[in-house]
Amino acid sequence: MPEILDQARTQVLENGVGLDEAGVLAVLNLPDEHLPAALQLAHEVRMRWCGPEVEVEGIVSLKTGGCPEDCHFCSQSGLFTSPVRSVWLDIPALVEAAKQTAATGATEFCIVAAVRGPDARLMKQMREGVAAIRAEVDIQVAASLGMLTQEQVDELVEMGVHRYNHNLETCRSYFPNVVTTHSFEERWETLKMVRESGMEVCCGGILGLGETVEQRAEFAAQLAELDPHEVPLNFLNPRPGTPLADRPVVEGKDALRAIAAFRLAMPRTILRYAGGRELTLGDLGTRDGLLGGINAVIVGNYLTTLGRPATADLQLLDDLKMPVKALSATL
Amino acid sequence: MTELVEPVGPGAGPLRPRGAGDPGEPAAAPRWCDRCGESVAAGPHEACAAARALEPPRWCAHCRRRMKVQVVPTGWSAVCVEHGEIRG
Ligand code: SF4
Repeated sequence: MPEILDQARTQVLENGVGLDEAGVLAVLNLPDEHLPAALQLAHEVRMRWCGPEVEVEGIVSLKTGGCPEDCHFCSQSGLFTSPVRSVWLDIPALVEAAKQTAATGATEFCIVAAVRGPDARLMKQMREGVAAIRAEVDIQVAASLGMLTQEQVDELVEMGVHRYNHNLETCRSYFPNVVTTHSFEERWETLKMVRESGMEVCCGGILGLGETVEQRAEFAAQLAELDPHEVPLNFLNPRPGTPLADRPVVEGKDALRAIAAFRLAMPRTILRYAGGRELTLGDLGTRDGLLGGINAVIVGNYLTTLGRPATADLQLLDDLKMPVKALSATL
Repeated sequence: MTELVEPVGPGAGPLRPRGAGDPGEPAAAPRWCDRCGESVAAGPHEACAAARALEPPRWCAHCRRRMKVQVVPTGWSAVCVEHGEIRG
């Protein structure tokens, strides 16, 4: 057994203290033959500190495309030659999407907008949309609207938004290679305000942007420092027209190593499968990740790309005897 | 599976532009790849077809206009201003 896994068994599994950056790096560098043991340990950590339930979420894009920012992986930036056009979802369609999400058994519905930060029109749409969903659908509403002012944070709390997603995307040292129109620190500022407001903090990122293994470890450590309630883990799905269109997808084994390492860095967080898993891991790898530290999934489609049908993921959870977290457990 | 509100797109059958011809008239075949927007005749689009399993169409297969596409958790819709809406 590699020393790092022995150390993690005592430190993380028994004492609930996450691995530091050096420890995460050691896990990310484990040779293939030790990957099953790392995944097994990460699974035990998840079961011990989070339990067997899996949190199921659906996401929808309220405002798609035309974003003024230049995140190099993103097909919704208006600065690239991506074929994604700007479009707004109306309130009846938003409520319908929330209903369809709730019908899968999901407890979370995240409303996302492709913006630097919300303007008055978007906040109005949010006010009306969240009120309509809360009146008609039994589901927790989360939001992801970019960088916020303190007034906007307060307004989202008032609306009843219980969790706010704002991904750091990658580690501090690599961030300027991925985004030049705003900084890592600006994102961190929004996350601090969200934390202080009492909303749950959801913050993750994308692996496969060209970061080194060391920078992946740095990212896990920076997320652990933030201590978010939830960490969505995406794997790059290279989008036509973006600067990262020609990047290779993350190797399945590297993705699984990262899942185990991030779980060992953050034993208590909700570690969610987000975009790109279909491409990077396929069906078999998806299962391995759920048995290797993942305890939440996005079901159905993403914002501009498609996912597996919700029924396929729910069947998999049933096969693995992992109960879907009930709404009552989230309130 | 693609539900056609108005028939359009590779593999989705022929299309009759709005107001063109009568129902008995043969319709035009798709000319553009709905994923990359390049000519269907210019070469195979196997990679595009494979990618489309996890992506909605972006380009109108009949006029190469970029479509307005809305993805929701259980489906998608794509609208060409000239050729109407398709859903999946
Ligand atoms: S801010 Fe969000 S929507 Fe805008 S380019 Fe960056 S990732 Fe895309």
